[in-house]
Amino acid sequence: MRPGSRRGTTYGRIAALTMTAALLAACGGESADTDAGSGGEGGSDGPVTLTVATFNEFGYEELFTEYMELNPDVTIEHKKAATANEARDNLNTRLAAGSGLSDIEAVEVDWLPELLQYPDQFMDLSSDSVEGRWVDWKVQQATTTDGKLIGYGTDIGPEAICYRADLFEAAGLPSDREEVAAALGSTWDDYFALGEEFMANSDVPWMESAGATYNAMVNQLEFPYEQEDGTVIATENPEVRALYDQVLAASANGLSAGLSQWSDDWTSSFQRDGFATMVCPSWMLGVIEGNAAGVEGWDIANTFPGGGGNWGGSFLTVPTQGENQEAAKELADWLTAPEQQIKAFQSKGTFPSQVEALESEELLGDTREFFNNAPTGEIFSERAQAVEVVTFKGPKYSGINDAMQQAISRVDVDGTDTPESSWEKFVSAVEALG
Amino acid sequence: MATVTEPAPSTTPTPPPGKSLPLTRRQRMSALDVKLSPYLYISPFFILFAVLGLFPLVYTLWVSLHDWNLIGGKGEFVGMANYAQVVQQEFFWRGMRNTFSIFLISGVTQTLAALALAAVLNQNIRAKTFWRMGVLLPFVIAPVAVGVIFNKMFADQNGFFNELLGYVGLGPVAWHAGVLESHVAIATMVNFRWTGYVTLIFLAAMQAIPTELYEAALLDGASRIRQFISITVPMLRPTIIFVVITATIGGLQIFDEPRVFDQTGLGGSDRQWMTVTMYIYELGWGPTKSFGRAAAVSWILFLIIILVGAINFWLTRRIASGDSKKVAAPAAPAPTQAAAPGAGAVASAEPTRKAAAANNDAKETTS
Repeated sequence: MRPGSRRGTTYGRIAALTMTAALLAACGGESADTDAGSGGEGGSDGPVTLTVATFNEFGYEELFTEYMELNPDVTIEHKKAATANEARDNLNTRLAAGSGLSDIEAVEVDWLPELLQYPDQFMDLSSDSVEGRWVDWKVQQATTTDGKLIGYGTDIGPEAICYRADLFEAAGLPSDREEVAAALGSTWDDYFALGEEFMANSDVPWMESAGATYNAMVNQLEFPYEQEDGTVIATENPEVRALYDQVLAASANGLSAGLSQWSDDWTSSFQRDGFATMVCPSWMLGVIEGNAAGVEGWDIANTFPGGGGNWGGSFLTVPTQGENQEAAKELADWLTAPEQQIKAFQSKGTFPSQVEALESEELLGDTREFFNNAPTGEIFSERAQAVEVVTFKGPKYSGINDAMQQAISRVDVDGTDTPESSWEKFVSAVEALG
Repeated sequence: MATVTEPAPSTTPTPPPGKSLPLTRRQRMSALDVKLSPYLYISPFFILFAVLGLFPLVYTLWVSLHDWNLIGGKGEFVGMANYAQVVQQEFFWRGMRNTFSIFLISGVTQTLAALALAAVLNQNIRAKTFWRMGVLLPFVIAPVAVGVIFNKMFADQNGFFNELLGYVGLGPVAWHAGVLESHVAIATMVNFRWTGYVTLIFLAAMQAIPTELYEAALLDGASRIRQFISITVPMLRPTIIFVVITATIGGLQIFDEPRVFDQTGLGGSDRQWMTVTMYIYELGWGPTKSFGRAAAVSWILFLIIILVGAINFWLTRRIASGDSKKVAAPAAPAPTQAAAPGAGAVASAEPTRKAAAANNDAKETTS
């Protein structure tokens, strides 16, 4: 709660352990514990063992081998969590305990608002060698208000619009990706207007859900929920209310399929012509390809309403509780350099955040057969450069945004509330966070 | 031990038995052994309990009195402020409502279904062991796996159950939007997992019921159903009480099934199925990261479970004393061998019909 710099004391250690034990015992399962880190022996001169904690797929396996060959003194132990949530629970618990973290901890951009409240826990990674390495907004996400950089950017999720060309054609709209990009226009009003046009000649809903679209929209506001000093303005901000009304009006007009993202209905809708367009960060391509296997017609329009947008992406941090911080920083520096990140992209498709990587031949030449051979490298590189606004995310951002998503979902997916009554519930949910 | 200061014991001849003479070292140790050893033998349990049970419990209370952040650690002492804050939250009460609702729906149907299943398994059917093992199969499947499978079946638009309802001409059920609907769906998952387990407990107890009772009933011309109602159920009462108490403790802490019922794990967009334990998790590990409040709710839940447990215990006593004249039923709920052989032997002659009467007596006294 309290933004401050209370460090992990003995109390904190005991607290974390007992609370984990007590509360998790009560919850049954949901264990946040993994094996304790064993790295950290050895001084700065001798052989060093560095532990690196990642989750999902960072595509670093081969890079670790390469680094160990280049630096015979360094042994890298890779701890890979199966899910981001598991990694997050582990990180939080060990931060509170004051020990047990890996020398390098990968974090997702969504965790940063709360981690930035405790800048003392992380090494300041800013240095001349990394100056200008990333697109500006990526650096800004991991920088504290007083200019400390707590994480090196790895990948990003620049957003485009994915659409079903066959459904567009059936509804009498242009289906070629350049034409669609032009028809989609540049604002969300244009996007919804084209949706109305589409719906006039089609039974398929225009978009997956109001919530997913809202999420993209709110990420284009600079101060949606909180002011820089932490004052919560979410419930009074006319911009937020305007987005809420706009997206729910579209939903009321039948543009939304009312499918909450990642639900089973959502997953199976890809096989049933569930919707015609979706907000599409670079990593979503794999998801669509998997869910829509066998479905033909998916394509990508090189445009994004309301300016550019980004969804997701990760960073490498160096916790100050580690014993080999300098060596860890060197490794993190090397891993997030453009040359290495391109290799990770080739290995697992993580879209790089480094300016040089975004302009590299390897990336720009990338295409995807499933999306009608769309030049994905070119499209998303351009989408990454189009991002202008970095939303301010204070400590309460994720709580407020969760409440907002639920508010929209009550109207759009469940149909249990009117926009007005759901807004009132949102207001009281935001108050409860206090 | 102060053995060093003693006079050398071994040289002196063994004294004749008498009070005045001092005990030898061996005798002292032996006396100590008799007195102390039993406590030492059972101490591992209590030491473990103190470390893993009592200490966290007390420490959670300590945490609940502070402003305590998941990452930041201990903050100011705030007294009862956390408790005051959480009981004013609508979500807290909604969690209470959902917890009790899901618990009641699953508990009642589960106990009834398990009774019926156990009665069937207790008959002389073919491939007994196969069926008995079969009912336990769902129990070995991880709850999260059960959740994944059932989520597919309970999907609102393309789910198996809604398709099935469609065939018989019923409209789709909004499993994830409605309050009662979601509770029924979650209770189904819980029952899928636990019914077999409870069935086996009932089956074990049923097999301990003396066959003389059934033979006597048969001579009196009682039907199978009548035998079940008038002999089996009354003789199972202690077991039923045990099952109800354990189900209460488990049911009020239900977490896995509702947590995986949708992808966000917050219990629905209007918290239709958010249970108290999910609320604890959200407070402590969610956006607020407030261990203080999470600990406060944990303690409230703890007290509620104690309260419900006490009510159960009181009911047990009432029921037990209500029919103790006729059947020497054990006062405390015993998990196995519920109907003690002795009780059966004493009661074998007469209680065939009176057992039902005793059942009614008990109901009257408790209401």
